[in-house]
Amino acid sequence: MSELLSKLTQFAGRFDGGFETLQRSFQYPFVRNALIVGVLIALCSSLLGVTLVLKRFSFIGDGLSHVAFGAMAVAAVAGLTNEMLVVLPITVIAAVLLLRSGRKARLAGDASLAMLSVGALGLGYLLMNLFSASGNISGDVCTTLFGATSILTLSKFEVWLCIGMSVFVIASFILMYNRIFSVTFDEVFATATGTRAGAYNLFIAVITAVIIVLAMNLVGSLLVSALVIFPAISAMRVFKRFRDVVVCSACVSVFCAAFGLLLSIPAQTPVGSTIVVVDLLVFFIFSLVGKIKKIS
Amino acid sequence: MPQLSCKDVTLGYDGRAVIENLNFEVNAGEYLCIVGENGAGKSTLIKALLGLKAPMAGKITFGDGLKQTQIGYLPQQTPVQRDFPASVREIVRTGCLTEGRARPFYTPAQKAHAEERMRRLGIDGLANRCYRELSGGQQQRVLLARALCAAERMLLLDEPVAGLDPKVSREMYELIEQLNQSGMTVIMVSHDIPAAVKYASHILHVSRTPLFFGRKEDYIETDSGKLFASVPGGVEDV
Repeated sequence: MSELLSKLTQFAGRFDGGFETLQRSFQYPFVRNALIVGVLIALCSSLLGVTLVLKRFSFIGDGLSHVAFGAMAVAAVAGLTNEMLVVLPITVIAAVLLLRSGRKARLAGDASLAMLSVGALGLGYLLMNLFSASGNISGDVCTTLFGATSILTLSKFEVWLCIGMSVFVIASFILMYNRIFSVTFDEVFATATGTRAGAYNLFIAVITAVIIVLAMNLVGSLLVSALVIFPAISAMRVFKRFRDVVVCSACVSVFCAAFGLLLSIPAQTPVGSTIVVVDLLVFFIFSLVGKIKKIS
Repeated sequence: MPQLSCKDVTLGYDGRAVIENLNFEVNAGEYLCIVGENGAGKSTLIKALLGLKAPMAGKITFGDGLKQTQIGYLPQQTPVQRDFPASVREIVRTGCLTEGRARPFYTPAQKAHAEERMRRLGIDGLANRCYRELSGGQQQRVLLARALCAAERMLLLDEPVAGLDPKVSREMYELIEQLNQSGMTVIMVSHDIPAAVKYASHILHVSRTPLFFGRKEDYIETDSGKLFASVPGGVEDV
């Protein structure tokens, strides 16, 4: 018990002069980059998250992130300098295949997803162990899985890629908002009245893959789905209109990402898990608010 | 010229036929009820009429200025919808997405159209309510209003009273009857043969091969019609 207490005091001690640390850290461009990228990724993932959760596709995010991990391992082993160029196409292809198979055989959908996700994880780890040139394999794996520092080591290319993709995702989401809602609510009706639901589903799958690859830098591949799912279900606890849910989900996600990021710097905690814990706390608060709203 | 005609249509999955040699036509203002047991191919027929599934043989044609995407479809509810955070207005408006397909947002005319449809079905007071908090009958009205946004002339209803209590079922049937009397062609799939006989102008009885197609007055005289129509219960007894 006393040990725990002393650990806690030690942890709290990290915040001494925390505000100044924070102020000082803003002078560094990599901190500003991390904040920009973090907020943008959080915004994109929360927009898609609402659709994915409502379509019962929450697990696709998880599966794809493991595929991305496997692809990352392949890229690392091949010694590529720009991993993004390998990881992105592989994940997009996996997303399209998953969506296709899910359509044909509803029952086998979750089994094939689990297979793909565990298979990619296992293969990726094995490859890293067999061929990795670096001496610190478990460190590399841990970084990829939990995104320990990668958000703070973004290259200029990655920052711009992220900004470009985010603008594309946000713009297309706004333009297709009504149809995305229609397809999410009732795919059969949308198709019958002339909306090409298949094309929209494909689009959603591709965008999901892109966001997951980008978000891996922020929270690592194991925690990516948290970024997609938590803001959406938090918003659904309280709000009852689709538009309100989307807006609230975006706000929650941006707040959690920014707050988690800024908290992790003085606290010296891993960025990804800090953001996810903040998301989790917000979820509990929103659940409580939802319950209170229902009673009154 | 009929609005819809099926000629020698065979429907099925993976090369196995579910319905064979289906022949019928629907003219403007008619009320066709499609009846038959579970697994008789009713839902397959709906998919084919909506253009979601191509027939294995034969032809489904639309005429009299009606296009396939202009059918107002009332589907059965899915589990996803029962727990969906959306307002009534948001859902009804999606029925307008047929026209102006290049436009990303609703036009003022489309918005007004949706409001008018909600008034017509008596759910304008619920416009801002959350769909999942409505009763079963109210939810069906919402989906019917959405179908009306998409359709000027033909409605396709899939088990519109499934899961509703008898009183609400009768209100639903009367609402559909009113729509039919105002000139809307109605095609309804149903288990409820007594109600079908009461409200429909034509009956299509399917069971692998079509057992009967024609006016309801003639249907009552057939063996299967007699059998079903004499079953006590149904909607009229409430």
